[in-house]
Amino acid sequence: MNVLNLVHAFFGDGAHWHGYDGIPTRLAEHVTYSLEALLIAAVIGLPVGLVTGHYGRGGNALALIATAGRALPSFGLLVLMVLWIGLGLVPVMIPLVVLAVPPILVTTYEAVRTVDPSPVDAARGLGMSEARVLFRVEVPVALPLILSGLRTAAVQIISTATIAAYVGLGGLGRYIIDGLYQRDYEKVVGGAALVAGLALVTLLLFWAAFRLTVSRGVRRSA
Amino acid sequence: MNGFFDLPSDLQYSYLGLVGLHLREALIPVLAGLLIALPVAQLCARFRWIYPPVLGLTTVLYAIPSLAFFVVLIDYFGQSETTVMIPLAVYSLVVLVPGIVDGVRSVPKETLAAAEAMGFGPLRRYLQVQLPIAAPAIIAGLRVAVISSLSLVSVGMLIGNQGALGNMLYDATTYHRPALAVNSVLTTAVLGVLADALLVLVRRLLTPWMPRKGAAR
Repeated sequence: MNVLNLVHAFFGDGAHWHGYDGIPTRLAEHVTYSLEALLIAAVIGLPVGLVTGHYGRGGNALALIATAGRALPSFGLLVLMVLWIGLGLVPVMIPLVVLAVPPILVTTYEAVRTVDPSPVDAARGLGMSEARVLFRVEVPVALPLILSGLRTAAVQIISTATIAAYVGLGGLGRYIIDGLYQRDYEKVVGGAALVAGLALVTLLLFWAAFRLTVSRGVRRSA
Repeated sequence: MNGFFDLPSDLQYSYLGLVGLHLREALIPVLAGLLIALPVAQLCARFRWIYPPVLGLTTVLYAIPSLAFFVVLIDYFGQSETTVMIPLAVYSLVVLVPGIVDGVRSVPKETLAAAEAMGFGPLRRYLQVQLPIAAPAIIAGLRVAVISSLSLVSVGMLIGNQGALGNMLYDATTYHRPALAVNSVLTTAVLGVLADALLVLVRRLLTPWMPRKGAAR
């Protein structure tokens, strides 16, 4: 059994390209779940990371929260949430967000905390308010690291969002779970290839975002 | 009779038995990953051109969902512990290599030159100079690898109940006993936190020259 042959057979089968179980539909579902989870995690992780990093306090508490978040098993959490609140999108979002918050939170905190203090002092000397110091000086300098935290979170979400299929939702995990129960390895490998491909596209998007948003001076020193 | 730690008999293990199985299924792969990562990282540090392709390959491998990895391996190793442990070893490898490369590269040139001037051969220089200086980076990688390995073992439940503590999740759904799922999740999390704390302790013991305070990571 050659994995490449299976991938070829999967993508070559026209039946995999149409309908509710077609690749476009499943891909769209997967991207939707992933984006929602990343958005929620960013809304939680970024502000907390920025503020704690700016004041340089709470590092130990953050490390503790992040360790706890990483230690919670995503799959177990999913099953538990389904038992507690029933089927639906919410029990899937909870483990994905728990998975994604630690990398965003810790990297953002570290990124802002380790910004060179002299330009920050200069900005304060110019009379900038704390909020302006954070957003005009610290964030632009810390942006490469902040983006890398978001990137790690995004790739982990995309790979883990496959578990949504275990509790009856769609997404690319559908191929993997269905393939497992139908003993159809072509489907499993095809689904895995799609997930890996999506992750690679995400890496490219983050690379593009890096080129677009990080100022040239910061890029050169990085 | 349905105490929190009393498990249904179809799990075939006591609570502590499952904990032991879980630790074995999670930690052996990390150890294997470390043993492969050390020489790979050394190669990447010495021949710089290898590093970008290795990094690309590992990123792709990391993006493959664990369940898909398991299912493909069933064909070769059956529904066994080996099938669960191989992907975990690969993920550990992926997490460990960049950290070790950065750690080994961060050793100052002067330090290496000093070791050479003292008559250290390449092997001795590696073991007594480069490795100890890279120890914090290696342990940082190990912390991530161990904690994610412990959490991923549970997914093995889906391939013929090879998920150790994860197997409790199956019983939790079929017998509708949420307490079993709570037990599984909490036990896994506690194991992760304990392993993490242990590694921090090991780092302190291995690197007594590092400042204690402010080195939370």
